[in-house]
Amino acid sequence: MTDSKYFTTTKKGEIFELKAELNSDKKEKKKEAVKKVIASMTVGKDVSALFPDVVNCMQTDNLELKKLVYLYLMNYAKSQPDMAIMAVNTFVKDCEDPNPLIRALAVRTMGCIRVDKITEYLCEPLRKCLKDEDPYVRKTAAVCVAKLHDINAQLVEDQGFLDTLKDLISDSNPMVVANAVAALSEIAESHPSSNLLDLNPQSINKLLTALNECTEWGQIFILDCLANYTPKDDREAQSICERVTPRLSHANSAVVLSAVKVLMKFMEMLSKDLDYYGTLLKKLAPPLVTLLSAEPELQYVALRNINLIVQKRPEILKHEMKVFFVKYNDPIYVKLEKLDIMIRLASQANIAQVLAELKEYATEVDVDFVRKAVRAIGRCAIKVEQSAERCVSTLLDLIQTKVNYVVQEAIVVIKDIFRKYPNKYESVIATLCENLDSLDEPEARAAMIWIVGEYAERIDNADELLESFLEGFHDESTQVQLQLLTAIVKLFLKKPTETQELVQQVLSLATQDSDNPDLRDRGYIYWRLLSTDPVAAKEVVLAEKPLISEETDLIEPTLLDELICYIGTLASVYHKPPSAFVEGGRGVVHKSLPPRTASSESTESPETAPAGAPSSEQPDVIPTQGDLLGDLLNLDLGPPVSGPPLATSSVQMGAVDLLGGGLDSLMGDEPEGIGGPNFVAPPAAAVPANLGASMGSGLSDLFDLTSGVGTLSGSYVAPKAVWLPAMKAKGLEISGTFTRQVGSISMDLQLTNKALQVMTDFAIQFNRNSFGLAPAAPLQVHAPLSPNQTVEISLPLNTVGSVMKMEPLNNLQVAVKNNIDVFYFSTLYPLHILFVEDGKMDRQMFLATWKDIPNENEAQFQIRDCPLNAEAVSSRLQSSNIFTVAKRNVEGQDMLYQSLKLTNGIWVLAELRIQPSNPSFTLSLKCRAPEVSQHVYQAYETILKN
Amino acid sequence: MNPFWKVFLSSLEFIFMQRNSQEKAADVENVPPVISTPHHYLISIHRDRLFFVSVIQTEVPPLFVIEFLHRVADTFQDYFGECSEAAIKDNVVIVYELLEEMLDNGFPLATESNILKELIKPPTILRSVVNSITGSSNVGDTLPTGQLSNIPWRRAGVKYTNNEAYFDVVEEIDAIIDKSGSTVFAEIQGVIDACIKLSGMPDLSLSFMNPRLLDDVSFHPCIRFKRWESERVLSFIPPDGNFRLISYRVSSQNLVAIPVYVKHSISFKENSSCGRFDITIGPKQNMGKTIEGITVTVHMPKVVLNMNLTPTQGSYTFDPVTKVLTWDVGKITPQKLPSLKGLVNLQSGAPKPEENPSLNIQFKIQQLAISGLKVNRLDMYGEKYKPFKGVKYVTKAGKFQVRT
Repeated sequence: MTDSKYFTTTKKGEIFELKAELNSDKKEKKKEAVKKVIASMTVGKDVSALFPDVVNCMQTDNLELKKLVYLYLMNYAKSQPDMAIMAVNTFVKDCEDPNPLIRALAVRTMGCIRVDKITEYLCEPLRKCLKDEDPYVRKTAAVCVAKLHDINAQLVEDQGFLDTLKDLISDSNPMVVANAVAALSEIAESHPSSNLLDLNPQSINKLLTALNECTEWGQIFILDCLANYTPKDDREAQSICERVTPRLSHANSAVVLSAVKVLMKFMEMLSKDLDYYGTLLKKLAPPLVTLLSAEPELQYVALRNINLIVQKRPEILKHEMKVFFVKYNDPIYVKLEKLDIMIRLASQANIAQVLAELKEYATEVDVDFVRKAVRAIGRCAIKVEQSAERCVSTLLDLIQTKVNYVVQEAIVVIKDIFRKYPNKYESVIATLCENLDSLDEPEARAAMIWIVGEYAERIDNADELLESFLEGFHDESTQVQLQLLTAIVKLFLKKPTETQELVQQVLSLATQDSDNPDLRDRGYIYWRLLSTDPVAAKEVVLAEKPLISEETDLIEPTLLDELICYIGTLASVYHKPPSAFVEGGRGVVHKSLPPRTASSESTESPETAPAGAPSSEQPDVIPTQGDLLGDLLNLDLGPPVSGPPLATSSVQMGAVDLLGGGLDSLMGDEPEGIGGPNFVAPPAAAVPANLGASMGSGLSDLFDLTSGVGTLSGSYVAPKAVWLPAMKAKGLEISGTFTRQVGSISMDLQLTNKALQVMTDFAIQFNRNSFGLAPAAPLQVHAPLSPNQTVEISLPLNTVGSVMKMEPLNNLQVAVKNNIDVFYFSTLYPLHILFVEDGKMDRQMFLATWKDIPNENEAQFQIRDCPLNAEAVSSRLQSSNIFTVAKRNVEGQDMLYQSLKLTNGIWVLAELRIQPSNPSFTLSLKCRAPEVSQHVYQAYETILKN
Repeated sequence: MNPFWKVFLSSLEFIFMQRNSQEKAADVENVPPVISTPHHYLISIHRDRLFFVSVIQTEVPPLFVIEFLHRVADTFQDYFGECSEAAIKDNVVIVYELLEEMLDNGFPLATESNILKELIKPPTILRSVVNSITGSSNVGDTLPTGQLSNIPWRRAGVKYTNNEAYFDVVEEIDAIIDKSGSTVFAEIQGVIDACIKLSGMPDLSLSFMNPRLLDDVSFHPCIRFKRWESERVLSFIPPDGNFRLISYRVSSQNLVAIPVYVKHSISFKENSSCGRFDITIGPKQNMGKTIEGITVTVHMPKVVLNMNLTPTQGSYTFDPVTKVLTWDVGKITPQKLPSLKGLVNLQSGAPKPEENPSLNIQFKIQQLAISGLKVNRLDMYGEKYKPFKGVKYVTKAGKFQVRT
């Protein structure tokens, strides 16, 4: 009797039948029926109609039946929230069951039911379970807090579960500790600003103790958490490393890799002179190699990570080249990764072996792999100068095989070798020319044409060769056309007598018969150059070329350092920072390696990188495909673009910056001065000036309005509002507003003394905030402020202060001090003071960016009752630095496409739809940091309606 | 970690998707383990012609997931004897129960087979008969004892009438041998698998004659690391039943003996539809033991139509569809070396193949650990009885390839 029979019933009336069985008196029949229901659920049949019947089976003492019913509940509670309430009582009762297994099961299941109404009932049982005497229940409850937080974060905070969870870190049972850490890490991930995992030497010590005793999965959580800690000096780093190294021998590869992450990160802090540093380097190699003997899936992830490690610290694996040799039955994804690492490890010492291997691979079956192997030979030649000769002869051997794709790939890399070692290997040109006819891929054709043009003086029949390409000029790809044009011009400059006709032919083809603007432009430039000053043309076109250098595809050092912090995660598999691909970008924390802080005096400067390490200097990079064209043109004067093609655009980097401070705040020792739990305004003492307050502020409001209008040359300025009433600040009343004029932000304050004593010694400070707003100068109140006196001050601000994400985003917490006391208040600043003057995006860029930002990031808003027309809207917004990039009229509606940039580099793109007859506008905003959209919309509202 | 990652099982559906999205991945083994889709990441493993896929929404360590998936597959294997689509369908409810016990909202719960078996009894024919008569269930209703103790891998109250402890030292040689017969790369992947059936809470220590061989070792969590560091002795309270005690790697080239050699000559004539094939196998450094269970597998190039060969011993098959030649050799007797010779028929008119087929060799040597590793003694503390002890050695070929 097997369960597969549950899959086979497909007859009609099945639900009806099941219903009857579920309500049967016989236990066994009931259980069978529930099993059938679960099986139907698995294959995707809708059995939600049976909800009440299944829930009825819940009150049972049969644990298996109970579990099955719970399974069903988790699946369908969301679609039947009202019915799910029926189950609550049983849950609550089960949470009190004498059997800890049932208590844990109940609290676990309740957490998985994502129905708001149920979560309210969950709180009490959860609180009890968090303090349960049985550790099994406690550890289950810890995870449940994380689940609940995902459903309703506010509830979790209000109920004080987070504090209970923090207490669990000191629990006596290691499993409970591990789960508490896991739960806190998950919560912290979605709230980077919250100071949840407060890591200090004591808590680290507890974690390290628990690390030795908990399960493998718990070890992963704890290690990942340790990796976020920054030790205070190298001694602490070393002692943590010493306690983490035993994990390198764990059978679970995820534990090993997490341990490697901790070690790689803390190693940064250790001085290289230390004996321990060397020991650690030696200890890291074997576990990494061992990962390669595991299943191919594990190998793949390990290889992607090793790729990073090899770039950061090549010395770790420099003697382990052989383990990366490819076996013919490795899956292709493993093969390609191994090949990449082999090239990175190639050095003079092992180049002979590497080359022999690569040559072997070049005869394999898989075309992609063979191509990459051939390319790798070229990379070796460029990287290890001593091997260049051998590489070239290997490539020639390969060309002799006449296998089409091998030949083409070889020609492409030989071109790079020519560029690296000019005037050394030109003897092979003849062999290359023999294969001219077999080339059918654009890249190979272009490379061959470049070679012919470059060495035209040594190739007797260069003109014939090039002419043969010219016949099908219009059928060639752009790459080849451009190359051909340049090559023929070169040829002409070298052998002007015989090739005049040819050059005229190609120039006319390029300039007159082509639709491609690049090609035309290049044609015209050459034409002018040649016709005005042939000598200058020679100097330009045949100029000395910048050398290309050894390493390719290196990850940029800062990105590499960040990725090292993400070893073992998806980021390390994709070699991109998480901000670049994690959806919604919720709580992306920018991680960085700790600086080296030696407690003992070290003579070594912190910048000194290991010998030969790629990070020691920014190496030049072989231009990739796109750049190749530019280089080959020989018109460029600078060196090839250094800085590899980084996937993240500046816009994305902005998003990182916005939240970049999150980590600081997580790790910061103490909130400085203001903010945090202290942030409560002290209760007002007796306020004698209470009476005049309302009148005074009313007056000043009027006054401000006029002054506000007077200064309306920059972006819109809101009238001053009272931020700190006199009642709350022992007689000091503060009202103010924010302005932005010609690129500078200021806070216009009006201080009124409503107390009976003189006020002096004013000072102001801001708490960390989302955009790093900070006073650019101290608060200058020149004379003491006597009773009933008012003073107006404009406080210049900048945006270079420390960053912490606030809720709401534009919240600013301010502390003002005078001789009486310190007062705290918070205010919301309008976002448009952060719109910078160069926020106009180029049209093309706008289009590309609009497409590039995922649709989930788009937010739509209505701006009601706005009587302006498109022109007025556009000009008014422009004065507040919202720029109209393009305007379109679609079926009577005006569409404005606008862009703006925030001080931290975040771009916001907007589409504003205006219907002539309708005073409501529709505003669509797209931004990589969607959390700003709401505030941008508010800025629009404010600007347009005032 | 992410609240939503669910493990779901599918085989055909997923492969189909892969084929659509990436034509090259038609070869199922070559599906990359981490795939990004517009909204999710799919992390998969391929085991026994099944894909185990996990859907990820946020950043999560992929190795964590892959390890877990392998653990799931191991558990199914353990419970159902095989990890196949049919086995999973036949036991879908148990599968569900297991997944529920193994994973809570993305957090692994119980992955030790000892604990799982206490929670959910593996299916047996007898039990399902008994269950259906008595109405009892196969879900345990007591808290598994090991779940929270400091030795989560062992349950309390284990009782055997015969107390036994067996260890299998299994070493696999991974090697690449080049055309000329010299070793390009060789290493030994060794494991010590244990089968422990001991009552109570035995505390074992296992010592070796030559522990210095072991410098790259991965341990089962039960092993006390400190003891190993200081004394090079494996000291542990074992899980009950079968488990892998350690795995290790010996890579220094001079320690890795290559027990067989292969003489080969495979050639294809230019412009003719035939070629010659000739391989001979002989013993090399075999430490005086018999090499047995030899199988040679060769992936012939696509243009090969058929092969007409004569083995001096054993039998061979050639599959004209997959182009795989398999020669089941058996034992080597040094007096008469086994060989396989004959003609290869090629597709007429096709150019001669560029690639040279690699030979994949399988063999087995009983009673020998090729690295020379030897167990010295096994001591038991904590219990009074005298257990029956045994150690077995075997050496096998792992990924053993000869290039031609």
